[in-house]
Amino acid sequence: MSRLSGTARLAALVLASSSLSACKAVVLSPAGDIAERQKDLLLAATGLMLIIIIPVMALTVFFAWKYRASKKAVYSPDWDHSTKFELVIWAAPLLIIICLGALTWVGTHLLDPYRPLDRLSATEEIAGDHEPLKVQVVALDWKWLFIYPEQGVASVNELAVPVNREVEFSLTSSSVMNAFYIPAMAGMIYAMPGMETKLHGVFNNPGSYQGLASHYSGWGFSGMRFKAHATDQAGFEEWLAKAREAGGELSREEYLDLEAPSQNVPPRLYAEVDPELFNRVVNLCVEPGKMCMAEMMDIDDRGGLGLEGTVNIQALTHDKHIRRGSGEPVLGKTPFMVSSICTPQDTAIMLAGIDEGPARRVDRTPMRGHALPVPTGIFERLNAPVIRDARTSAGTPEQKL
Amino acid sequence: MAIPANVETTFLLGRLNWDAIPKEPIVIATFVVVAVGGIAMLAALTRYRLWGYLWREWFTSVDHKKIGIMYMILGLIMFVRGFADAIMMRLQQAMAFNGSEGYLNAHHYDQIFTAHGVIMIFFVAMPFVTGLMNYIVPLQIGARDVSFPFLNNFSFWMTVGGAVIVMASLFVGEFAQTGWLAFPPLSGLSYSPWVGVDYYIWGLQVAGVGTTLSGINLLVTILKMRAPGMTMMRMPVFTWTSFCTNILIVASFPVLTATLVLLTLDRYVGTNFFTNDLGGNSMMYINLIWIWGHPEVYILILPLFGVFSEVTSTFSGKKLFGYTSMVYATVCITILSYVVWLHHFFTMGSGASVNSFFGITTMIISIPTGAKIFNWLFTMYQGRLRFELPLMWTIAFMLTFVVGGMTGVLLAVPPADFVLHNSLFLVAHFHNVIIGGVLFGIFAAINFWWPKAFGYKLDVFWGKVSFWFWVIGFWAAFMPLYILGLMGVTRRMRVFDDPGLQIWFVIAGFGAVLIACGIAAMFVQFGVSIWRRDRNRDLTGDPWDGRTLEWATSSPPAAYNFAFTPVVRGLDAWAEIKAHGAARPEAAHLPIHMPRNTGAGVILAALSTICGMALIWYIWWLAALSFVALIATAIAHSFNYHRDYHIPADEVRRTEETRSRLLAQGA
Repeated sequence: MSRLSGTARLAALVLASSSLSACKAVVLSPAGDIAERQKDLLLAATGLMLIIIIPVMALTVFFAWKYRASKKAVYSPDWDHSTKFELVIWAAPLLIIICLGALTWVGTHLLDPYRPLDRLSATEEIAGDHEPLKVQVVALDWKWLFIYPEQGVASVNELAVPVNREVEFSLTSSSVMNAFYIPAMAGMIYAMPGMETKLHGVFNNPGSYQGLASHYSGWGFSGMRFKAHATDQAGFEEWLAKAREAGGELSREEYLDLEAPSQNVPPRLYAEVDPELFNRVVNLCVEPGKMCMAEMMDIDDRGGLGLEGTVNIQALTHDKHIRRGSGEPVLGKTPFMVSSICTPQDTAIMLAGIDEGPARRVDRTPMRGHALPVPTGIFERLNAPVIRDARTSAGTPEQKL
Repeated sequence: MAIPANVETTFLLGRLNWDAIPKEPIVIATFVVVAVGGIAMLAALTRYRLWGYLWREWFTSVDHKKIGIMYMILGLIMFVRGFADAIMMRLQQAMAFNGSEGYLNAHHYDQIFTAHGVIMIFFVAMPFVTGLMNYIVPLQIGARDVSFPFLNNFSFWMTVGGAVIVMASLFVGEFAQTGWLAFPPLSGLSYSPWVGVDYYIWGLQVAGVGTTLSGINLLVTILKMRAPGMTMMRMPVFTWTSFCTNILIVASFPVLTATLVLLTLDRYVGTNFFTNDLGGNSMMYINLIWIWGHPEVYILILPLFGVFSEVTSTFSGKKLFGYTSMVYATVCITILSYVVWLHHFFTMGSGASVNSFFGITTMIISIPTGAKIFNWLFTMYQGRLRFELPLMWTIAFMLTFVVGGMTGVLLAVPPADFVLHNSLFLVAHFHNVIIGGVLFGIFAAINFWWPKAFGYKLDVFWGKVSFWFWVIGFWAAFMPLYILGLMGVTRRMRVFDDPGLQIWFVIAGFGAVLIACGIAAMFVQFGVSIWRRDRNRDLTGDPWDGRTLEWATSSPPAAYNFAFTPVVRGLDAWAEIKAHGAARPEAAHLPIHMPRNTGAGVILAALSTICGMALIWYIWWLAALSFVALIATAIAHSFNYHRDYHIPADEVRRTEETRSRLLAQGA
């Protein structure tokens, strides 16, 4: 009971204080189911904590007043131990943390940003044929790029999604770490260069919401904001049509121009987008001729190219350095980039495969150095492939051992 | 705000040239004020012929008490700088609405919030905490000094060296614009090409040597130099918390050093530890830096938990309730502080199980912390509370800190953290625990031990003025930030587009002004107390009816602390001695063996600072020269055999007789 009343009290307090201002506490009154459940957890945790915080604060004031020297209350200068009190002192916080820990374990798993949604709202389950809307997000210096791979359009600093449809964000960054945050929709997740993170969310109420960068990324960081428009399906179609009318293609060359630092960029739309672009951004190989990270990792996974490979690694000046006007390490090598040794067809197949998850052209045979024999004895078992790729290993009996 | 990247370097000055001097009016005005003030101070020191005195009695001193006081002075000076940064940020954020850009450009503003964090943690909180431990611990354990007195002096000057490097960035070049932990890739050469991050790296590396060595020093002191009879479970609580803090320092600062070395290699040699391509991984840096960073939080707060324990027990006129559980709680926190670092980046995309593990370990820390708070409560229970300034700060701490503790637990719930991470709610939380915990504790400690260090109490009136301004100012400055965080406002923003937020920033700015009044009142308090020191003179050495051994000495204590090493028969050794009416030994004084002052620490630290500055500016010849000089001086110092002297028995007797007279006068 006290948990509920504590929660209510805090909510009332915050509502009262926020009514003073024009804008509302969006974290406490979001427009999407995920943020709503995150808020519920926040309030439940607050309630649980208040069970112990309020008595402590009250007792502090009460003892300070009651035992002030001038009052000459009961005085026991040598009383310094009580097993009963000690038990309460340790047990009370422990019990609360056990409750909160259970809540945390369950809540963290249910609200994991990587987890596809299990419901659209408190009242609406996910239908069996519900397909999430896929949006690829790239944090650029200093603006957001949104690519709609299925619709083939892209936008800068403007996001439009239909309400009551799950949105699956795939995020990366072109240069430094950043965090993608639409407070009304779902919690934040980092967007990092050379890596891909995921976020699932949904809007339940139509409207225009603030989206922002929540991890400091350099000078233009404050202006890295966008509006997230949550509309009905018709409104979304309309927005797509508007994007297609806007014209312009976000090709790799166009992207390299867009990637250069700029601040307070107004929203703009692209009618077409290179379908490989996002995967190339993740693999740091938008620049023509540069080796993709997937290719490099694949080569390394096979034990490297050995001595023969050195001739294939051409030192080129990394054009990102030049564009950012940054210096070279004073005592080291000139920044360089590794040129790709794949044929364009190979690269296309590789990049197309990346979207399918972990199933890639990765050799899953036991890890070993280049040209070294396969380990035997106990090491053989330790070295056995742990994660099997269902697609590639299904038909090869020798790999099932 | 154009940054000269790829500047031509010259042999003589590296990349330092006229363009490196910032020409912004704010910086120039600051420089003029600092220069005029500095010249005036140097002139005054020369005029009153104080150089020799300062050099002989303070700079080269190996006395832990003097070094402790110098640490506190360093902390106070840097606190003023860090707070000036805070006021500038508050002003910028209160102004930058409705299309206004405020008064700071991004280059300047981003340096300010970085410098504020770096200075407040490394050069305010750390010197305060180290200074306190330095002064109090040897006295509390009945020792004559720390284990390695020269190392102590060297550690202090290395900390000063780091502070000098960071301060120099204000007037020559720039400071980092990366946030206080300098996350790569932003802090890498590609995105921070100029000197800012190099200032950050070398400032922290130089100061870090001092911190690590001081940690080793105090750890050994506590382990090896306790008075006979003082078993581990008879150590005063402040000594216990200092002990745990120094374990944390010794175990975690090398991680920081190593992490910064890797970043340095990326920046100077072109390695790829944390870069985007060629196998670098910035997430590794973030893990490493927080493996240091989280224990660091406890390095700061644990000694103050000790201070609150001493103050509560002394001013309640009671034994500390639950000493044993207090000790175990401290040890639990020490151990647990190593298994929570990931809670600083739940949003980096670790799996749900990893996030919940670190969330729950974080919550578990609140159990021993809660136990501590209850222990203080029950120490007050059935006590005789004297509302002197230290106790006032302690009660303000208890009421403030629990709120910060609560919001901390909220942030430990990963799904809640997803909506609050990097928000102003987070900023409010850590200021709530660092100001409400560390700073309030420092103020309690200053008011508590000032009479011990200087022989007179601090002025109560100005102390109370400072107290109320601080407490009210704190709540006014940070409650709006909690609310803004719940509105989805994130940290480090320079301009805002939602005019509805402005009122909260104005309130927060007003709170900062109240805090400024509190700081001013504190300096007035120090001034007034020094001015009227004869009114508040303490002749007994024990003005608060203390319970631990430092109160057995005179105020200020003699250079040798204790003429006879005390023998400890229980907890609260001094209270015990007083209760049994044991007489002060007054005869049979022996010569006392003491370490001799040396200037080697100052010279070594100065050479390190020069080397750091040379590396920042790529002045290779100077870096090489100062490094060679550094090694040579260290080797030369190891051949210095005049390291100690004896205070003659006569002199000890005279000092002790003076003390006896004063005691008789004070009684």
